[in-house]
Amino acid sequence: MNELLQLENFSVEFKIKRGIGRAVDNVSIDVRKDENFGLVGESGCGKTTLCKAIIQLLPGNGRIASGSAMFQGRDLVSLSKAEISKVRWKSISMIAQSAMNALDPVYRVEDQIIEAILHHTNATRAKALERTRELFNLVGLPQSAIGRYPHQFSGGMRQRAIIAMALALDPQLIIADEPTTALDVIVQAQILRRINELRSRIKGSMIMITHDISVVAETCDRVAVMYGGNIVEQGGVHQVLLEPFHPYTLGLRNAFPSITGARTELVSIPGSPPDIFDPPPGCKFEDRCPFRVDRCAQEQPLPEQVGPDHYTACHRLEDHELMKRAAVERKTWQGTKAAKRLEIQGGYSGRPTQQKETQGGEPA
Amino acid sequence: MTKPDLRPDTTRQDPPTIRDILERALPARLRRGTGGDTPGNRRRVEAGHLSWTRMFEVLRRDRLGQIGVTIFLVFLIVAVFAPFLAPSEPMEMHRRADGTFARMDQPSAEHLLGTTRMGRDILSQLIIGTRTAMIVGVISAVITSLVGMNIGLIAGYFGGRVDNILMRITDLVYGIPFLPLQIILVVILGPNLLNIILAIVLVAWRTTARVIRAQVLSLKNRTFIEVAKVSGASDWWIIYRHLAPNVLPLTFVYTALAMGWAILTEASVSFLGYGDPRLISWGKMLFNAHTAQATMVAWWWTVPPGLCITLLVMSGFFIGRAYEEVENPRLKER
Amino acid sequence: MTAAVPVIDVRDLKKHFPIGNDPIAQILGRKQKSVRAVDGVSLKVVHGQTLGLVGESGSGKTTLGKTIVRLYKPTAGNILFRGTDIASLEGKELKGFRSEAQMVFQDPYESMNPRFTAGETLVEPLLIHRVGTPDQRWEMAIQMLERVGLKPAEEFMDRFPHEMSGGQRQRVCIARALIVKPKVLVADEPVSMLDVSIRADILNLLRGLIDEMGLASLYISHDLSLIRYVCDTVAILYLGRVVEMGPTEDIIQNPLHPYSQALLAAVPVPDPRFRHDEDPLEGEPPNPVDLPPGCRFRPRCQQATPRCLEQEPEPSFDGERYVECHLHS
Repeated sequence: MNELLQLENFSVEFKIKRGIGRAVDNVSIDVRKDENFGLVGESGCGKTTLCKAIIQLLPGNGRIASGSAMFQGRDLVSLSKAEISKVRWKSISMIAQSAMNALDPVYRVEDQIIEAILHHTNATRAKALERTRELFNLVGLPQSAIGRYPHQFSGGMRQRAIIAMALALDPQLIIADEPTTALDVIVQAQILRRINELRSRIKGSMIMITHDISVVAETCDRVAVMYGGNIVEQGGVHQVLLEPFHPYTLGLRNAFPSITGARTELVSIPGSPPDIFDPPPGCKFEDRCPFRVDRCAQEQPLPEQVGPDHYTACHRLEDHELMKRAAVERKTWQGTKAAKRLEIQGGYSGRPTQQKETQGGEPA
Repeated sequence: MTKPDLRPDTTRQDPPTIRDILERALPARLRRGTGGDTPGNRRRVEAGHLSWTRMFEVLRRDRLGQIGVTIFLVFLIVAVFAPFLAPSEPMEMHRRADGTFARMDQPSAEHLLGTTRMGRDILSQLIIGTRTAMIVGVISAVITSLVGMNIGLIAGYFGGRVDNILMRITDLVYGIPFLPLQIILVVILGPNLLNIILAIVLVAWRTTARVIRAQVLSLKNRTFIEVAKVSGASDWWIIYRHLAPNVLPLTFVYTALAMGWAILTEASVSFLGYGDPRLISWGKMLFNAHTAQATMVAWWWTVPPGLCITLLVMSGFFIGRAYEEVENPRLKER
Repeated sequence: MTAAVPVIDVRDLKKHFPIGNDPIAQILGRKQKSVRAVDGVSLKVVHGQTLGLVGESGSGKTTLGKTIVRLYKPTAGNILFRGTDIASLEGKELKGFRSEAQMVFQDPYESMNPRFTAGETLVEPLLIHRVGTPDQRWEMAIQMLERVGLKPAEEFMDRFPHEMSGGQRQRVCIARALIVKPKVLVADEPVSMLDVSIRADILNLLRGLIDEMGLASLYISHDLSLIRYVCDTVAILYLGRVVEMGPTEDIIQNPLHPYSQALLAAVPVPDPRFRHDEDPLEGEPPNPVDLPPGCRFRPRCQQATPRCLEQEPEPSFDGERYVECHLHS
């Protein structure tokens, strides 16, 4: 039994004045032991909602509409409030987005970690302090940071402190929601490196929620791509990022230019995500998909296996080679329903050095 | 071919009304003033865009606000048509059928709210007194909010020395107790309505100024202000075109509250005997009743003015409350 | 090739923000402590060129951009706009400059007054500079909306910010910046708050308009991968100074300054096979208040020499590449 967390047909709904919306729609994924699992998608795709729902942290108007979340032999969905609060922090901990800004400014950082420990276990204060020092070490905070307040920590240090807090009780699973988005690039590299190092030093799995596939490429073993509440593709990180099958994944790759290798064109996916309160009847990506056929508008595709441990939900899998080649060109994406509707004038597609001799950049 | 609806969250469920079509047909300049309950105006109100005509849209949704406006309008009409509505002269001393003065008569067919100790018709006094209340209330409120809002805008936006000076003045004024000030002014300048209004305004602007300044402080560093500066907007342009419309809803709330306070204050001042002796006002009526030692005995003399004061002040609060909603435009999530 | 007259020529520009009020220090005549956000920057941008400004927090890139468009008044130095120094302009003359240099900001939502429609936002700069009649202004706004790809323009004129998506708002902001036909455009991370899948469209739009209008532009970003696609030349900033500047591809292939090397090494790569050669640079940029003696990068530099502690490095320029480092002087 290699699975740590198994989600089966998991759905989450929100109720507002306008109606009911499905933020998470029939998601089935599993996170295995000792692995980093990436959950990739853009704003509004449901990745944060999914993870909050697992540990029952949804706001008042949200509910788990269907499905199960099996963790250590129990279905998290069915746990009572008391039972789930025992699971939180000790077995599954979550680093919320911009948690680094949520540290209480009037308490020392180490006190906040100690308090978390004392609250969830019956350790003594001395033991908790010792554990905190250990954690500071683990995340790369200097011992001189003990005794300081959050405002005396830099951004990177605060994020490390938050990670320390998440690790405090040795959870089996940490959910990290955009842990490096607000950080500068060098600090981000430090944190990602540290996250990779931690894997050899502690046991446990991580779900890394991010919109940045570079982060996934650097830290994750397996990844799932989300769009409009659905998982459109999932599998090993090599397969999904290097040999994607789903048109959205193909398009997403174009949006992440690489600093290495040759310069390729910057291509976008015109349009915007579907309204979860008024979803299209068929595939959610149909409106922005260059490869749509009539079936796509009528029927939602189900995940199918396309490789060892690699699944994709798309009606046109057999045309995969064609899609892969066409996806790198901008004109492919100008032909979608969304693009035509928006009649975007793209404008520029060449290289910036075409017209000017290098005159610029000369200092006085 | 039907035009696709591009709006992500459209309030437009119904087909366009004639008003909508007209609104669109008008050139841009003239569009701004259109009133009425149109989807366009609803959207503008949702965005916090208040213009004179759109003030009414807010009230459409707020029950208490509607009650407040109704009460206010009733009093306004009474005040305007007071001389025609009052059954008799307020100072006229009436006689009964048998020739005696109609002192402290209970409510009857002739005198619906009875008479005072001097035989004067209470209903007439009440109606004429409405004028005083409205004049004091509305004028004080308008001047107070104008002064307070502008001081708040200027102090908040310019900061530095200007802010310091203005705020120290405000602090000073906060320290001034109202009643002693009024008494002093009455002694120096004489007890008339203008001095009462002056005294009210001199003190009441301080709250508005502080509150508006605080709001300006939070607004002035926002990016859209930087954008305006880059576009070449002068300081005054920014204050009056960007900041003022954004603080207007809050100002309006405080205007409505100030009206209530002004009326209450005038009534208190008159009740204490420092009011304008030639004026009929509700507070004066209470003063007269109290002086005539009729408070416990003649309920028809004290209850009506007291009730009117209460109702009018309450209407101010209700209206103010309704506009608090507009404070934060109902924003969709980004 | 004769050098074109630069549209923007910045010379030893400084922008310091004093912190606190220290009356004792004032009396004693000591220098007030200040945040030295921009501490001696020189660069040039010509017609049609896009210069990237890259750096982390504390590098001063945003302050530099804002100072060039005179949102801030420089503490010292010159900013020559087509030969005229605008650094100390005030009043009417400054307003004249304002129609020549514009800026697009990072947050498309915050950049618009929530109570103004797109139309009102667009028309405002024309109103300020008293361009045309009301109907002409309306027409110009409509045309600008179409140019940035928002159609049907009439519909968008009437929309409030909260009724538009992030990408649409940013297009309105770009339209507003360009409606006065400026010669200079500063873009401060214009796509970092937008969904990744639509960034390319906005960037391509910007690039197209910059080319079409022949603007001299500065593109501020912390994302080197994006800079590569938008900018011909790039300047890398650290603690208020330019440490390296030159053609983008050259610097990416062959960074000279240790900080540039560290920056490039840290950029995440969307390829799972890729492994970074070295560990990322340690520490974080210090506060631009207490600057270290000598080279300001020395505390974190792995190639530091004793000379780096004694002296600030001299700039060196070989016609193409500018570097401030003792290793390359």
